[in-house]
Amino acid sequence: MSVDLTQFIPSFLEESFEGLELMESSLLNLEQGDDETINSIFRAAHSIKGGAGTFGFDNVTEFTHLVETLLDEMRDGRRSIEQADVELLLESVDCMRLLLEAIRDEVECEQDKIIETSKLLAIALDGNSSENSQTTDSTAESSEESQAESNTGNNDNAEGSNSWQIEFIPEHHLVQTGNDPLLLFNALSDLGEVSIKANCKDVPALNDIDSEELYITWQLTLTSNASENDIREIFEWVEDECQLNITKEQTEQTAPPVEGPKSESIAEPLAESNLSPTDNTSENPTPTPSENDSIIKDKSVTKTKPDVGSIRVGVDKVDSLINLVGELVITQSMLSELGNDFDLTKIERLTSGLEQLLQNTKELQESVMRIRMLPISFAFNRFPRLVHDLSKKTGKDIELILKGEQTELDKTVMEQIGDPLVHLVRNAVDHGIEPSEVRIANGKSEKGTITLDAYHQGGNIVIEINDDGGGIDRKAVFDKALEKGIVDANSTLSDSQVFDLIFEPGFSTAKELSDISGRGVGMDVVKKNIQSLGGRIQVESEPGKGSTFKVNLPLTLAILDGQLVKVGSEVYIIPLITIVESLQTQSDLINRVSGDMVLYRLREDNVPVIPIYQLFNIASDNEKIENALLVVVEADGQKVGLLVDDLLAQQQVVIKSLNDNYQQVEGISGATILGDGSVAMILDIPGMIQMALKKAQKAQKNKQAEQVMLEGVSS
Amino acid sequence: MTKILVVDDSNSIRDMVSFTLKSAGYETVEAKDGQDGLSKAQTNGFDLVISDVNMPIMDGITLCQELRKLPSFKFTPILMLTTESSGDMKMRGKSAGATGWLVKPFNPEKLLATIKRVIR
Repeated sequence: MSVDLTQFIPSFLEESFEGLELMESSLLNLEQGDDETINSIFRAAHSIKGGAGTFGFDNVTEFTHLVETLLDEMRDGRRSIEQADVELLLESVDCMRLLLEAIRDEVECEQDKIIETSKLLAIALDGNSSENSQTTDSTAESSEESQAESNTGNNDNAEGSNSWQIEFIPEHHLVQTGNDPLLLFNALSDLGEVSIKANCKDVPALNDIDSEELYITWQLTLTSNASENDIREIFEWVEDECQLNITKEQTEQTAPPVEGPKSESIAEPLAESNLSPTDNTSENPTPTPSENDSIIKDKSVTKTKPDVGSIRVGVDKVDSLINLVGELVITQSMLSELGNDFDLTKIERLTSGLEQLLQNTKELQESVMRIRMLPISFAFNRFPRLVHDLSKKTGKDIELILKGEQTELDKTVMEQIGDPLVHLVRNAVDHGIEPSEVRIANGKSEKGTITLDAYHQGGNIVIEINDDGGGIDRKAVFDKALEKGIVDANSTLSDSQVFDLIFEPGFSTAKELSDISGRGVGMDVVKKNIQSLGGRIQVESEPGKGSTFKVNLPLTLAILDGQLVKVGSEVYIIPLITIVESLQTQSDLINRVSGDMVLYRLREDNVPVIPIYQLFNIASDNEKIENALLVVVEADGQKVGLLVDDLLAQQQVVIKSLNDNYQQVEGISGATILGDGSVAMILDIPGMIQMALKKAQKAQKNKQAEQVMLEGVSS
Repeated sequence: MTKILVVDDSNSIRDMVSFTLKSAGYETVEAKDGQDGLSKAQTNGFDLVISDVNMPIMDGITLCQELRKLPSFKFTPILMLTTESSGDMKMRGKSAGATGWLVKPFNPEKLLATIKRVIR
């Protein structure tokens, strides 16, 4: 019977990647004598090797075997935990990840790093003498196993059959290990013809019999072309609990000596065993490049389909879904029964039914959303390694603190926030934390601290990246911005406005480019990525104390709480999260600054007014600012008032991408389909503010140019 | 119907073993470590136990020892699923009361052939 297990490859890969993460994080926290941690690292490697062996991913099996052997020595205490070994193991984890990713993506794996690391592992293992004896041991065992297998394979070719005399004297407690002599004899009868003679002379008197003991011994005659090894294999599990005497009597004359097929077959299965090692015993400790290459080529043929990405969901979440669907079905059947012969007397029941439907839908929606939510530790768990590597590279001593790791976040958001976070953490290490000498000179602890924190705030998730370094040098930022022509020399900017300059394209204050960060392509991309997720980033910094980057992200990208507004004949959706308040303008609070620019006095703030109809160049019912409806929104710390004709409903809308279906449109972040089937655009508030500012600046420049010209004429 | 307890901390190995057994017509119950396996064994009867050795919380050797203390598991075959083919590991399994062992990498055909050797 053949069982096809290829369907389990994706889950094996998923589990392996999790295992690698566990190995990595455990290695970073490994301390001398911490047996349970070493054991859990070992276990992860062990599972990967086992699974890879099952699917025939031999390059993974071979490589992981080296890793496992090293870990085994650490676990047994034969090897103390040295930093160099930990680094080597971290490298190895990277290699295993490369190998597994190559399998997942069905591509050939980059070999250089793997060969290099295999060599280092082999050297590390060679240094330990006790390992050598074990290798010899296991090699012997594996060749023995191969022989046994090969002989089974050669049975059909053997020319004569032998008569084997088998004396089987089990110990009394044999059955207490679950072994059953009858089943052993059954297995034996698969090899050939068996005749059995029981010897009951040791059976005690009835009164003395212990029903859990075995007193019988057997004399068996097997007529078979099987080898002694085949027979011994059947008794393998009980060989220490019995006396087993096997002797051969040749019955048919031309039986070849048993050694014949044996020696012939040794070479064959051993060569094969490089391709399909059966366990941790048979591989070559240092695979040569050529061998490895050929193995990988072999592999690429039998790959499964690429991983489409899966989520592991808790049973409770699924149960709650099923429960809710059940309720939905009940509501549906109630409503359809109501619809069968409807009259106005039933209107009350209809309303309550519809209300129930609303409730069901809402709960179902929330439950489905929860399925996509994962704890942010999935995004955080790469940072201990990153900071470890970076602090080694920069020579800075840095401690990383993770907080709020259980905060849940949509899987898509999680995947896309990873890279920006990496950049921010790299920046914190490279530019934030000062070298130890500087820290000591400034009376700070030698060890720098970087804290990653995640928490929910309203309908958003906030991720904070904090360092206790030197803070952002306000003057350096300003000077740089001046040099790049981003600001004017005489412009007065608040601290936060200056710090925001670091998000401008092409901005970098690092005096020298390092390979960690500071290529000057970073922060603006970080900001862009976060904005494309519907989030925003702010920075706070205090000289000598450090900096905090605060990333605000929506919990999900699929659904948005929106305020529907009407402008002319169009309906737009303003994300509810951006709205500060909505109000009716009073004429005495309106300030016309210059030209088109209108400011509205909102308590202590002056808020620029953006008429949506002007920005999008459409017809409006109301173009007057007096007594009009103003929706005050905030983005990037900037408040503006959006002039609208009417406020409609507030509702959750499903976001459809404009990019996928049409193209990117300035000032619009997406679209949705409303209950009546019409399409409404979702406003991109930061984008709109940018648009309006650009327009205002352009108008300002034109005006200044006009002014200059006029002045020139008048003088 | 023959009922088999499958104990392994790796989801994918457990799934594969269970899938193989089910496709051969056996009924399976899965447990994710020795402790889980033991508690499932205390409330169910099984014709066979297949267990990994190295697991968190309770390893396979301890599970085997604990199972042998239960009256209903006194003679139940217990197979250790292990990559550690070293004689030492086999001995530890045997002295804990294991019936035999299956050497990983897990091979479905071999598993089914071996099972025929331990249950009637």
